[in-house]
Amino acid sequence: MSYTKRFDGRQFEELRKMEAKVGVVPSAQGSAMFKIGNTVAIAAIRGPREVRPRFMQDPTQGLLRCHYNMMPFSGHGDRVRPGGGRRSKEISMIMEKALRPVINLSDFPNAMIEVHVELPQTDAGTRCAGITAAAIALAHAGYEMKDLVASVALGKVGNQIVADVNYDEEAYEGEGGSTDIPLAIVPSTGEVTLLQLDGEVTQEELKKIIELGTKVAGDIFKVQQQALKESFKETA
Amino acid sequence: MNREHLLKALAKGVRYDGRKLDEYRPIKVEKDVSHSAEGSARVTIGKTDVIVGVKMGCEKPYSDTPEEGNLMVNVELLPLSGDRHEPGPPTEEGIELSRVTDRGIRESKSIDVKNLCVEKGELVWNVMVDACTVNDDGGMFDAIGLGSMAALQNAKFPELEDGVVNYDKKSDKGIPIDRDPLPVTVYKVGPHLFVDPTIQEQQFADSRLTISVTRENTVVALQKGGPGPLTPQDVDTMVGIALKKAPELRKAL
Repeated sequence: MSYTKRFDGRQFEELRKMEAKVGVVPSAQGSAMFKIGNTVAIAAIRGPREVRPRFMQDPTQGLLRCHYNMMPFSGHGDRVRPGGGRRSKEISMIMEKALRPVINLSDFPNAMIEVHVELPQTDAGTRCAGITAAAIALAHAGYEMKDLVASVALGKVGNQIVADVNYDEEAYEGEGGSTDIPLAIVPSTGEVTLLQLDGEVTQEELKKIIELGTKVAGDIFKVQQQALKESFKETA
Repeated sequence: MNREHLLKALAKGVRYDGRKLDEYRPIKVEKDVSHSAEGSARVTIGKTDVIVGVKMGCEKPYSDTPEEGNLMVNVELLPLSGDRHEPGPPTEEGIELSRVTDRGIRESKSIDVKNLCVEKGELVWNVMVDACTVNDDGGMFDAIGLGSMAALQNAKFPELEDGVVNYDKKSDKGIPIDRDPLPVTVYKVGPHLFVDPTIQEQQFADSRLTISVTRENTVVALQKGGPGPLTPQDVDTMVGIALKKAPELRKAL
């Protein structure tokens, strides 16, 4: 049986319903909530503050540090033990790499900007939702950026390439299995700042996947822009 | 803002945001805010914002309590929620919040852990309540206590199939809750007593008393905090304030 109809009835290239809001953490320099389907990410920006340990200070530019964390009750199934493990360490690191290329921190020598991403509920695609929320929050905080970053998890479920995989698709055990490809795109240039893959694809398929990812990243970008615009309306 | 400044304002009976000394900021409780959790609630008191989620698991009971399930309450002071909260292991502040909230619910026998037994000596439910701070603008004890009770009331057992939990199926059975005590924390600075501090007011307080109050107007848990001492007269007045304010908080549940 091949995957001919998506579990939640979406078109293959269709994203889940999105929602974004700016300013959800009033005590932070910048913050944003991004929701895609049942995955919710809250991002808050704190800093600039002194880099510790001090040997990591860079006198030529500021440092971007990300912290990814799932709230203990946000997992599918068992409680996620607080404190973080190898998974959240790695995701924090790849989030930094995904966001760093669009932000100019030359005005913050020896300092760091911290991005905190928390997930109150999840249904796959958490790192991507986190990056998308963090990009909005960084812009909301007013840092100099050349663009936002829009991120989404693509998938190959069975033999079908799909956009924005959910948990059921990620867990697909039919013929062909499930391949998960988190991707982050700089909308104005099409540059890729996050690319991971778990599963199996051909070179040709990967090309199609990145093409599709770039296309749907445009839709995410619109939601990001809209949320930022609305935040300015409120203060006006 | 400094302590002297705060004292002057309180002496006139006014807070920085115009509130009276025994007045809470607007309290809002929203239930069912996380589809991943078995129960959840989001509480905002002014700009203070906290999300509480309940997870349930099924395990073998401890051998000394074969008929009792387990209830655990934990607080995560997320670095997301305030500059003071840094990533890393829980701080003293976080641990105190966790333990005070935990005692307020557990020691008051709000939940009879015998009702969490599936099969004596074999299988019991673990109910794990996690409160995660989203924005810390003071008054966390009360917000977290209220949120924990709301999340527990919102929780539904997942289906149990041959001793294995199926998290995809929630039953319509809630956790039997016998009582709903809520904490009211009264702060003291100089001679003045007040409730629900903003983060600025909180940092200048000399002491505080967290008082968990039941519907029947009894006190089921206390925690005195902060460096300053309290007189027996203070304690009496503070309990009086808590008994008066608790029904207001309960209305938001």
